[in-house]
Amino acid sequence: MTKTAALKVTTPTDREVVMTRVFDAARGMVFDALTKPELVKRWLLGPPGWTMPVCEIDLRVGGKYRYVWENADGRKMGMGGTFQEIVRPSRMVATESYDDHWTGGETLVTTELVETRSKTTLSMTVRYASREARDAAVKMGATKGVEASYDRLDDLLKEETH
Amino acid sequence: MKPTSYTLDATFAALADPTRRAILARLATGEASVAELAEPFDMSQPAISKHLKVLERAGLISRSREAQRRPRRLEPRPLAEATDWIERYRKLWEGNFKRLDAVLQELKAKQKKTVDALLEDVKPKPRKRKPR
Repeated sequence: MTKTAALKVTTPTDREVVMTRVFDAARGMVFDALTKPELVKRWLLGPPGWTMPVCEIDLRVGGKYRYVWENADGRKMGMGGTFQEIVRPSRMVATESYDDHWTGGETLVTTELVETRSKTTLSMTVRYASREARDAAVKMGATKGVEASYDRLDDLLKEETH
Repeated sequence: MKPTSYTLDATFAALADPTRRAILARLATGEASVAELAEPFDMSQPAISKHLKVLERAGLISRSREAQRRPRRLEPRPLAEATDWIERYRKLWEGNFKRLDAVLQELKAKQKKTVDALLEDVKPKPRKRKPR
């Protein structure tokens, strides 16, 4: 199997997080896997133990999508949004809002797909409504593992120098 | 005390610069004076001091009171807040994207099968000789 590049996560501005990843497939196929419910349900699952009983996607500008995840204990988490731009198979812009607002409100997610030699580079930019919203998301995700931060800094820096 | 939002914003702004990231990487190995920090960068001490001020304002480093050279040291907590978040994000999406890899491989295999079948259909078949 062909090796694909590792996932890269960067924070280019104080309101954005960008993820980049290469997939060993044509762009149209990746686009389908990102937008067809029967395919999305199989991979967009988050932490282990969660399933995705609800996955509805109305793929058109102004159309809505709705995702609900459920874990073994019956805990549920839902989110959804509206498509603002769809350029198959290269670009998609959608709003994203979690039911319990743990990301600090609505975010705007821009997905771009670029194909080179039958591989596709996906870049996903999550843009928070404000710096405060981004900070709220950071605070929710923050833990107190101070000693581990050195290792993580190493990882961050290693990535930067590549 | 500064509100957290201010601190986090300063953290991200401070981390956005490659020289400052390199300074943090250096300080992760132990404290260092301004002169020691300036050395590998081909930068003047005042230029390094500017970067150090940004890092200090963000709470990412502090200066030791003892000794004339006042060495700087890394303050891990604000960094932990910011990097933990990125790390969590990365973990979550790494899992998702691995599963997406598998879905794509399956789609490719299916597509290949379909294409092979189509090719099989259009391939000229050897004609049977009519029995006389």
